[in-house]
Amino acid sequence: MFEALSEKLQKTFRNLRGLGKLSDKNMKDGLRDVRMALLEADVSYKVVKDFIAHVQEKALGREVLESITPGQQIVKIVHDELVQLMGGVAEPLGFSSEPPTVIMLIGLQGSGKTTTAAKLARNLRARGHHPLLVAADVYRPAAVRQLQILAEQLEMPSFTIEGSRDPVGICKEAIQHARRSARDVAILDTAGRLHINDELIEELQLIRDALKPKETLLVADAMTGQDAVTVAESFHTRVGVTGVILTKLDGDARGGAALSIRSVTGKPIKFVGIGEKLDAFDAFHPDRIASRILGMGDVLSLVEKAQGTIDEKRAAELQEKLLKAQFTLEDFREQLQQLKKMGPLDEVLAMIPGMSKLKGLEPQEKDVVKVEAIINSMTNKERQSPHIIEGSRKKRIARGSGTSVADVNRLLKQFQQMQKMMKQVRRLGWLRGLGGGLNLQP
Amino acid sequence: MGEKNRFGIIARLRSQLSKAREGFAAKVRSLLRRGKIDEGIFEELEAALIQADMGVNTTSELVEKMRNRAKDDKLTDAEQLYSVLEEELISLLSRPAGVEPKPVQPVGPRVTLMIGVNGVGKTTTIGKLANMHRQDEKKVLIAAADTFRAAAIEQLEIWANRSSADLVKHKSGADPAAVAYDALAAAIARKCDYLIIDTAGRLHTKTNLMEELKKIKRVLGKLDPTAPHEILMVLDATTGQNALSQARLFTEALGITGIVLTKLDGTAKGGIVVAIQQEFGIPVKYIGVGESLDDLKPFHPDEFVKALFED
Ligand SMILES: Nc1nc2c(ncn2[C@@H]2O[C@H](COP(=O)(O)OP(=O)(O)O)[C@@H](O)[C@H]2O)c(=O)[nH]1
Ligand SMILES: [Mg+2]
Repeated sequence: MFEALSEKLQKTFRNLRGLGKLSDKNMKDGLRDVRMALLEADVSYKVVKDFIAHVQEKALGREVLESITPGQQIVKIVHDELVQLMGGVAEPLGFSSEPPTVIMLIGLQGSGKTTTAAKLARNLRARGHHPLLVAADVYRPAAVRQLQILAEQLEMPSFTIEGSRDPVGICKEAIQHARRSARDVAILDTAGRLHINDELIEELQLIRDALKPKETLLVADAMTGQDAVTVAESFHTRVGVTGVILTKLDGDARGGAALSIRSVTGKPIKFVGIGEKLDAFDAFHPDRIASRILGMGDVLSLVEKAQGTIDEKRAAELQEKLLKAQFTLEDFREQLQQLKKMGPLDEVLAMIPGMSKLKGLEPQEKDVVKVEAIINSMTNKERQSPHIIEGSRKKRIARGSGTSVADVNRLLKQFQQMQKMMKQVRRLGWLRGLGGGLNLQP
Repeated sequence: MGEKNRFGIIARLRSQLSKAREGFAAKVRSLLRRGKIDEGIFEELEAALIQADMGVNTTSELVEKMRNRAKDDKLTDAEQLYSVLEEELISLLSRPAGVEPKPVQPVGPRVTLMIGVNGVGKTTTIGKLANMHRQDEKKVLIAAADTFRAAAIEQLEIWANRSSADLVKHKSGADPAAVAYDALAAAIARKCDYLIIDTAGRLHTKTNLMEELKKIKRVLGKLDPTAPHEILMVLDATTGQNALSQARLFTEALGITGIVLTKLDGTAKGGIVVAIQQEFGIPVKYIGVGESLDDLKPFHPDEFVKALFED
């Protein structure tokens, strides 16, 4: 987890601030931490090895920036390299000049092909296409029925030959059917199969040779471990893959398989599945998966934004106060103002690690406005020592801020809780402190 | 492809399975049998264990242990190290369950609840398990409590037919707890030996869906306070470190009595069960080695470990 990696790196590099250049010697421990993090995220052992060597080469000799710690700097280099390895930007699907465009989904048993076929169809329809869903999994019991039901739910046509045991025949016939019924995309749902099952791999080759799919997408489970390289490599060399869809990313898997698959196939990940509902499907964002593999939310953009807007010195002072629990309502107000400078609150909060776990608890923009108004209506003394705020002061503050005494009470209680939390946050660095401190809602 | 044809494939798969394992075994053995024990051996050992999905922590611990054993027992020959590692793994995997299935007198049938994330092989395993019990001439009832996934009930129905077990089902979208309750009532009335309950795949991180499982467990208890007697988490052998999180959260919500490790007919080693056993004390009970009725085997630690290291 990021908390772990970041914390580790902070510790590893505690004594390194402003030490000049990154060297093999002073990077060694940090890179070991990164290596562990990648392995814990299920990135293939060999891929990790190459990657670390590459990062080391890249980082060597760089100046340690005055403004950030070497730990943060290594994380940044690692992250940037990961993003680059993942392909930089999301890649769209290709379409044939002569319809129907054939998209074939292949993968291991249970990776999520059938659901993905339906999601992809829905996604394409939303972009103006007219897909046909083709049920070519004649092996798994009720697999054809499953796709038919999903197609019905989408009110979209599907094709199969009832009772047929011949996937190649079904697919060939489906293309004719697509032409006749003016469907411009045919999505083939094939049976799950092992990459080492020669007979079933040959079947895929037959379908490929007969239909010449524009896209052959490998559907892979985000929870896959070290075997991801073997699987992806076999499917790619034997069937030929043009892209990847990563499923079940709505869980807590770190998704290191994405990096492994990308490295061995060189093909882009095009979509991700993020839930069981048919709209839980999204374009792939290399930067997000990179952060995820490192387990760190989008903390890097946050660091960048923070560096651009928050006065470094002041931030350090605030952090110091946070740690010593001398953080006052005055400081809190200032923190809010700085946060607001960084952009819309929900966007900023989405980038803070750990916030994703607090779904539904995020403070709303309007709450922040209220909180600010309440603090603004306090006297300096009250801001420094909130415990002096009793009944009549509360009434005055509520009146002055256009809120109610209950609102004031809530803020004071939250502030108290926050101070308590600060003690726990102490270990976690100021970014997390920011996240914790902002947990304003009742 | 018919059932007949399939068996041909299964036979081939089996040979491929041992081929894949040979590869791993050969690797480990060749490196371990290289002669003298040196630092390089421990590094390569680390690589092999991590590549089997044992995870960084378990691997480090094992390698550390091997290092100490080498020192304490004054091992010089690398091959000795191999037997020590094998011993170590077997003893780890043979540990009794942290949560033993209740040794009780069930009111009626022995009730097994099958749980796990999406697509790991729950429904298929139920078909195979029912078949296993049927071979012992036991009376088996299956409950179709995956009322969520499209055509899940139809899929289970086919497996019930194949294994000639009875099935209790409601309509798609029905309350899974109600299905489980009715099934247990029916199984008691019909004097079944076993009730196996299929559930919808769910990610362990979804609290509402975990609540649904707890509810199933609760209503079973109304008819038989000792039920369910077995809660099996089905785990796909290709799963990496996330399996630890699955084991943790399913255990917290329900308590797991064992693991079924499926898809061992592929190239994945399933080494994460070592980490799970070590961290949570949850034993593997069965392994899945294919898609046919008879492709479920009881788990034997020695065979599992030997299969990793031997031809
Ligand atoms: N090769 C192989 N495939 C399996 C095994 N167990 C299940 N499967 C396949 O995995 C896929 C998902 O299985 P299913 O039982 O529907 O999973 P569920 O979603 O957990 O109920 C199906 O295609 C099964 O045939 C196994 O041991 N080996
Ligand atoms: Mg199922």
